[in-house]
Amino acid sequence: MVPTLSIDELSVSFAHRSSTVEAVDRVSLRIAPAECVGVVGESGSGKTQLFLAVMGLAGNAEVSGSIRFEGRELLGETAAAINRVRGSKLTMIFQDPMTSLTPHLSIGTQLAEVLVCHSGRSWAEARAIAGQMLERVRIPDPRRRLSQYPHELSGGMRQRVMLAMSLLCEPALVIADEPTTALDVTIQAQIIELLRTMRGEAGTSLALISHDLAVVAGLADRILVMYAGRIVENAVAGELFRRPRHPYTAELLKCVPSLSGPRPARLPTLAGQPPQPGDALQACPFAPRCPRAADRCRIERPPLMGASTSQVACHFPLS
Amino acid sequence: MRGGFAGDAVRRLRANPAAVLALGAICAVVVATLLGPWLNPNNTETLDWLHVAARPGLQSAHWFGTDRLGRDLYARTLAGTRVSIAIGVVASILSILVGVSYGAVAGYVGGRTDHAMMRIIEILSGLPLIFFVIFLTVIFGRSESLLFISIGAVGWLTMARVVRGQTLSIRQQDYIAAAIASGASSGRIIAKHVVPNVIGPVVVYATLTVPQIILFESFLSFLGLGIQEPGASLGTLISEGVGEMEAAPWMLLVPGSFLAVLLLCLNIFGDGLRDALDVREG
Amino acid sequence: MNQPLLQVRDLRVGFGRQAVLRDISFELFSGETVALVGESGSGKSTLARAILSLVQPTQGSVQFMGVDLLRSPGPVLRAQRRNLQIVFQDPLASLNPRMTVGDAIAEPLKIFEPQLNPAERRQRVAAMLERVGLSAGLAGRYPHEFSGGQCQRIAIARAMVLHPKLLICDEAVSSLDVSIQGQIINLLLDLQRDVGMTMLFISHNLAVVRQLSHRVMVMYLGRLVEIASSDSLFIAPVHPYTRALLAAVPQIPPVAAAAPLVEGSFAAGSSVSGCAFRERCPYALPLCASSDPPLTELVGAHWVACHRSHEPLNPLS
Repeated sequence: MVPTLSIDELSVSFAHRSSTVEAVDRVSLRIAPAECVGVVGESGSGKTQLFLAVMGLAGNAEVSGSIRFEGRELLGETAAAINRVRGSKLTMIFQDPMTSLTPHLSIGTQLAEVLVCHSGRSWAEARAIAGQMLERVRIPDPRRRLSQYPHELSGGMRQRVMLAMSLLCEPALVIADEPTTALDVTIQAQIIELLRTMRGEAGTSLALISHDLAVVAGLADRILVMYAGRIVENAVAGELFRRPRHPYTAELLKCVPSLSGPRPARLPTLAGQPPQPGDALQACPFAPRCPRAADRCRIERPPLMGASTSQVACHFPLS
Repeated sequence: MRGGFAGDAVRRLRANPAAVLALGAICAVVVATLLGPWLNPNNTETLDWLHVAARPGLQSAHWFGTDRLGRDLYARTLAGTRVSIAIGVVASILSILVGVSYGAVAGYVGGRTDHAMMRIIEILSGLPLIFFVIFLTVIFGRSESLLFISIGAVGWLTMARVVRGQTLSIRQQDYIAAAIASGASSGRIIAKHVVPNVIGPVVVYATLTVPQIILFESFLSFLGLGIQEPGASLGTLISEGVGEMEAAPWMLLVPGSFLAVLLLCLNIFGDGLRDALDVREG
Repeated sequence: MNQPLLQVRDLRVGFGRQAVLRDISFELFSGETVALVGESGSGKSTLARAILSLVQPTQGSVQFMGVDLLRSPGPVLRAQRRNLQIVFQDPLASLNPRMTVGDAIAEPLKIFEPQLNPAERRQRVAAMLERVGLSAGLAGRYPHEFSGGQCQRIAIARAMVLHPKLLICDEAVSSLDVSIQGQIINLLLDLQRDVGMTMLFISHNLAVVRQLSHRVMVMYLGRLVEIASSDSLFIAPVHPYTRALLAAVPQIPPVAAAAPLVEGSFAAGSSVSGCAFRERCPYALPLCASSDPPLTELVGAHWVACHRSHEPLNPLS
């Protein structure tokens, strides 16, 4: 079975001042059809840059490696070829709902535009389908919304519209980059619930990027943990939380405060800070902060090893 | 004061070949106006009856030729450029000092004070500059310092507007709220927190104002309202040159090209400076 | 009962039903950490700014250490500012980009302790930098040279250099990475213990709030809807909005939502009369449409603004 998305040795680097800086460092991953993969990491982990490169939105960054979508190589393709795939079969939802919709076009126009461009339907047909999609994403009073403008909708509504837009052409993969970070907790819960329902239908894969482990916990089948531009752990969701194998994952889970359970006198912390692109790194980028670090970690880069659903990049993984 | 910003900006500027060239040209002109007289013994007022309206030539005593009265054009052009640059720089400094203080206070204090201050600016902007200068000339008589003042007095208006706009957006920033919460007085906040953060656009705007001021002064002098005989500025030289366009074209071309090159380079450098500083500001 | 450090009475910002803050009354006592929780539109940031007189309220009073901040003349208000400080959400934006961090921390000293000579001031700044976990040699650097977490430490150093009695943290850790949040929170707890400071911690992150507050106040659309001790609020929340808020927080491992998820959002929920929450409330009665419930005390310092608060509602599991 061909994976929906297959990335091999992908690197994304930028020119910064007088040197190059790597935001993504030789990442390889697979996303299967109808799978929901959570990609978790803090600032500087490269999780957003990785998927911007997949979408061809990496700006003037240098991208090397291989990105295969439904078997076809995307890197090096002509703009026309990528545009046939982007927005129809491979779609993305961005973090800030305030800026991801064009302010001066109505919702209906923006939604219909996707269908008109990609499936050659007429504007009237496209608007009708758009209305149905707004119903599917549970926007109240969908007909009226079609003629409204983005500023008339709240953040949660706009995010639903973005979701509708990304589902219009029955995509094989939807990339959601921090879709709920800018939203209130109660709205976030609604969007998570919506994503959960959407997943069940149509066999669409979902790549959910977030810094919030708890958000990802509710939705993902499998979770990838990124640090300093690399994947450090890849595990089935339940396993990751019960038995994290990479020390970073374990420490990160300890740092997440919970609503139940005992209250410690001091919050568990991780000393130091996550490395930013351009920082000098040791062979294992987590070594400076790792309670289990040994000399080998400072000299030899730990490769990502293991089966397809249980990988870890560590010389001394937790068992 | 600007620490790391200066370093970043300088590097970006260095990477912009047009701006670097322009800056080089400007510096060359300034050096020439200061050192030039040492290279050629002619001065601006000596009348050389033997070489009236002489053509320019490196072999002759007058490198750029002479004018109708036999005065050396090389010396006069350099002197004229000196005057024009001086006026541009001094008037810009005046407009920065007045404009920044006025704009920062108006933008920060806001409310009715701001309204009143902006109305004053609008009224003054509505006055035709020429009439204003003529008016001052009539009252105070013709003098160079008057010229400096009247040009500077006009240049601050747009500077004040620019600074007020910048101040309005800075006022919303958290560090201003933090300063107020720390007990700083309004004066302290304007001096330490607002002004240092508007300097970027101010510097850029000033660089682009200098050519405007030089052009304005040239225009005034061209009309006979500015520098008077026997003093020279690029404007007066051009004015004389126009009269001799057919017979002695170099009298127009030499000061004219100096003016054109100076303005072009200042504009290019100003653009380059804005690009170099903006990335950080944005 | 000792005198409250801060006493807010009937504070209102804005007019009519669309007011950003309405009928806000509460007290803070010395040494405690009180959390202020709410979503966007709740008015919690406006409340912080109103307490600091950065925003002018339309009515009400703010008594701080016995002084009415809103009615004090300029110099008196400024004199009180040394005891009342704030740390903002965006660490980089709260520092003047053109000032070294040493100068930024020294500024309150220059204003309130002008008798110090430059050497003494430098000493105090160095001591403060060390206290927040940064090396004293960094005083000559500019904010953009630091990370978000470090900038927040600098902002805290600036706020603490005069040893204020009350520190307001307005979403102070919300924009920081998870692994850094704990560091900053522990720092705040240490500082509080050192000088016996009171903290008003504003946040939308309930899990973080649970870790460090003694009492919690919940706001919705400009009103206080519940005030309780931390334990009471998290174990047995009463107001339907508080329950919905707690149920909506995603958890590891994921739990099925026990209380019904609240549909709609603020835009839909700004009702014209009665309780502001009634359009989204699963327990609403006709009474709720006509009458705005006042904040009333249930049992021992647990206050709720709900008509049905005395009923035994379906408990959260």
